[in-house]
Amino acid sequence: MMYGTFDVVVLGGGAAGMASALEMDRRGWRVAIIERESRLGGILLQCIHTGFGLIEFDEELSGPEFAERLSDRIPGSKITVFVGSTVIGFESMEEGKGKAAGQVVTFASAKGVTRLESRAVVLAMGCRERNRGNVRIPGTRPAGIFTAGLAQRLVNIDGIMPGREVVIIGSGDIGLVMARRMAWSGARVHAVVEILPRPSGLPRNVVQCLNDFGIPLYLSHVTTAIKGKDRVRSIEVCPVENGALAISKAFELPCDTLLLSVGLVPENELSRDAGVQLNPATGGPRVDSQMMSSKSGVFACGNVLHVHDLVDNVVEEARRTGAFVSFWLEGTRPSREIKVKAGSKVRYVCPGSLDPASNNQVSLRSLVVKDGAQLEIRAGEIVVKRIMKNHVRPSEMITFNLGTTELGALAHIDDATIEISIP
Amino acid sequence: MGERVFDVAIIGAGVSGANIARHLSSYELDVILLEGEEDISFGVSKANSGIVHGGFHHDGRYLKSRLEVRGAAMFDRLADELGFPFQRCGIIAVALHPDDFGALGQLYERGRANGAPGIEMCSRERMLELEPKLTPETVGGLYAPCGGIVEPYRFVFSLVESAIKNGLELRTNWRLESASREGASWRLCASTGSSVLASRIVNAAGLRADEVSQLFSAEDFTIKGRKGQYWLLDRLTRSKPSRVVFPVPSAISKGVLVVPTVEGTVLLGPTATELDDKDDAATTRDELEYILRSARTLIPSISETDVIATFSGTRPVLGEDFMIQRSGLVPGLVQVAGIQSPGLTASPAIGEYVTGLLAQDGLDLVPKQDWRPLLDRAPHARDLSFEELDQLIEINPAWGSIVCRCERVSEAEIVNAIRSGHHTLDGIKFYTRAQMGRCQGGFCGARILQLIMRETGLAAGEITKRGGNTTVIGGVV
Ligand SMILES: Cc1cc2nc3c(=O)[nH]c(=O)nc-3n(C[C@H](O)[C@H](O)[C@H](O)COP(=O)(O)OP(=O)(O)OC[C@H]3O[C@@H](n4cnc5c(N)ncnc54)[C@H](O)[C@@H]3O)c2cc1C
Ligand SMILES: Cc1cc2nc3c(=O)[nH]c(=O)nc-3n(C[C@H](O)[C@H](O)[C@H](O)COP(=O)(O)OP(=O)(O)OC[C@H]3O[C@@H](n4cnc5c(N)ncnc54)[C@H](O)[C@@H]3O)c2cc1C
Repeated sequence: MMYGTFDVVVLGGGAAGMASALEMDRRGWRVAIIERESRLGGILLQCIHTGFGLIEFDEELSGPEFAERLSDRIPGSKITVFVGSTVIGFESMEEGKGKAAGQVVTFASAKGVTRLESRAVVLAMGCRERNRGNVRIPGTRPAGIFTAGLAQRLVNIDGIMPGREVVIIGSGDIGLVMARRMAWSGARVHAVVEILPRPSGLPRNVVQCLNDFGIPLYLSHVTTAIKGKDRVRSIEVCPVENGALAISKAFELPCDTLLLSVGLVPENELSRDAGVQLNPATGGPRVDSQMMSSKSGVFACGNVLHVHDLVDNVVEEARRTGAFVSFWLEGTRPSREIKVKAGSKVRYVCPGSLDPASNNQVSLRSLVVKDGAQLEIRAGEIVVKRIMKNHVRPSEMITFNLGTTELGALAHIDDATIEISIP
Repeated sequence: MGERVFDVAIIGAGVSGANIARHLSSYELDVILLEGEEDISFGVSKANSGIVHGGFHHDGRYLKSRLEVRGAAMFDRLADELGFPFQRCGIIAVALHPDDFGALGQLYERGRANGAPGIEMCSRERMLELEPKLTPETVGGLYAPCGGIVEPYRFVFSLVESAIKNGLELRTNWRLESASREGASWRLCASTGSSVLASRIVNAAGLRADEVSQLFSAEDFTIKGRKGQYWLLDRLTRSKPSRVVFPVPSAISKGVLVVPTVEGTVLLGPTATELDDKDDAATTRDELEYILRSARTLIPSISETDVIATFSGTRPVLGEDFMIQRSGLVPGLVQVAGIQSPGLTASPAIGEYVTGLLAQDGLDLVPKQDWRPLLDRAPHARDLSFEELDQLIEINPAWGSIVCRCERVSEAEIVNAIRSGHHTLDGIKFYTRAQMGRCQGGFCGARILQLIMRETGLAAGEITKRGGNTTVIGGVV
């Protein structure tokens, strides 16, 4: 066994892990990043399409290029990087009980098992894809079924084509991007089938990845069966009309390959083991205004906290989290926190509380599609702020600021709670 | 030197064939196990509830019932010798209405008559103590403490490994297509063109035992398929009971159960549907919904969000009972047919029983002086302490490379599986559990393909999910 001590240990070396680590390093803390893969970058490394970095770098980059912008800065920092290293244990003890070091992270690599002690941990393990079982599609279990992200990895990194006659179930961004990628690589993409009445991915991806390639998108269609004994032969698809399956209108789409793009789930098994409380609405840890979880000294950012559409938002959130960790290590805590809750038509709000004495960045997702929408932020009867939005939809994360101007007046009200809704 | 003539050829490497092979491997015999699929345990034995039954479901008049009780008692010793995952967690059957006590009372009497150890009738309070996750509607029930759970494919793998260590020959991808007399022996021919000579034959071909019987012009019978569908829940589910939970059974099936697997996941199922096509393995929306409803009447907290997979298994049915006998038409042939539930539980006793039938047929049973019943324990990264894992990494760095994160399977284990002859994605899955967890191969699938290519020299396009035409990928970019 090997041992080490750091101020902060970061679990996961994707965009979130790197950006938070760089910020903490800049502020003078001793930081380690532990990454399972052989290099830093995370999911970005398999996203060879462009569309990354418009906010962060004011440039349109590919995923690997974006990842490089961050990883190129690591050698010039004092950050210790462990790659090819999988975290297999995480224990979080309340600080002060016997020891100063509250966190113990254990990881395995080809060199052996290493135990790191630290005062703080940043969770940045990203997310995983939901699969066929998670969405409970009945039928046979033939070869030829892939999650879209796995297919993306096979095509872009391993040079392997999953198949030639493709249908994509679910219209998440990865599925849309993969529709185009498969078409470019010579496959025939017969359709994208989506259970909801609207696409789950970004509108720009629907245009660029489906419309430009003449790939039909079946909205409000349920995949009722997968067929084929050895290899996928077809899927059976059934329209939803007035909330029920229109069985008589079911039809088959022949294909030899199915890609599933049916949502992402934050990867929080390690967090759960350590006793970190999760928010069922996001699948990520519950965090306060400082991005700190229910466990003292354990912070979270990026897709492990809630699923983001844009890496630019991930990096911003991670940098902010790095700064919060730094304050916490210095012993600075907000004097009080105001709770935030998701109101009408809002799926979730992150973080779960705000610091009335500073500027807070808030993220949320709408439950509805609406033009000319208004976000209403209230504390009891008082409307604290209204924000106009040209358009809201579940697939686009909304971010905005709430600062002392809006929250200052609430600082002295006991039990003040903020509710954010879309009336 | 003449061609080797095997004393016994066993057709079918499911749990029946594997137990027969292991039992025979303790005698001075030349035995060969012939399996049509790409890997062993790819038939009925891979998809079932994995329960070692409690000896109370069937009437003692049946052979299956006697073998069930005998087989169940043999598991502790086998698990000690072979190290497959097995646990005597106990079985409870839940009464939801006072009327259920009638049926439960019969099961209780049957269990007592069959000699099921420790079986008891329970009050509501006792039931809720045994399993706090049960519905508050519970009015009482039955408890069979000796019932247990086993990982069926690991059971088959370890039986066959043990038999191979003691001289068994195994051929996979070897489907019997024709059989003819050659002097005192049988010439068995496979679809691949290869052939084998053997003096005695055991037909343990599961769903195809009827077809195999016909190849020998032996008894004419028809095996019917009875399909059962399942949900598989993530090990993180809050609804995992600590014992196998049964409803009060019906005439044709034991009902929808909630089964904690030895490896920590939870099974809901099975249903029971008679099939026209034995190969119809599809799950259906209606039955899956029925399973969820039924399971929730026992444990209300069961949630769809915990589902990680659905699958089905098909019982080989031939009337009410097992048909295990020397063929009345063909000397030297033993039929092991209609091995429906509780075939897994009974299988160790089937091995013993079939050995007895072969002896009656004149097979000379001389115990091996150097029989080695113990199998070395293969370590699994997920069961090791950090210190133990560290020590293994020092010997072989591949232990430090975790390929499957959900079930924590290291590269060393996957390489070991491939080198032991498991070259398909499903074979590796059943052998190591990699791809069996909540992401179902979403993360590790690509790594495993690479490892198979590296270890076997196969091209990506040659790798299959489970042999035959189940090619995994479509080509190169
Ligand atoms: C397929 C796909 C396409 C996308 N397309 C776009 C786009 O076009 N434009 C855009 O702006 N954004 C896009 N995004 C979003 C954006 O790229 C991601 O949100 C962002 O990269 C996530 O960063 P992360 O660090 O939170 O997670 P990840 O990049 O997933 O990083 C998590 C890291 O943690 C590691 N890890 C996890 N568990 C362990 C463990 N136990 N031990 C060690 N390491 C561990 C993983 O290996 C991984 O490297 C896309 C996302 C995906 C998934
Ligand atoms: C839904 C379900 C739930 C069950 N639950 C339980 C339970 O909880 N407890 C319990 O005790 N039992 C249970 N059972 C029963 C148990 O699974 C079976 O009795 C047992 O697996 C049968 O094993 P087998 O070896 O006879 O058949 P199989 O496992 O099917 O083996 C037969 C083998 O023969 C091979 N074969 C066929 N034809 C040829 C040929 N021509 N040449 C070469 N090889 C050939 C096949 O490929 C196959 O591998 C259940 C069964 C089902 C379907």
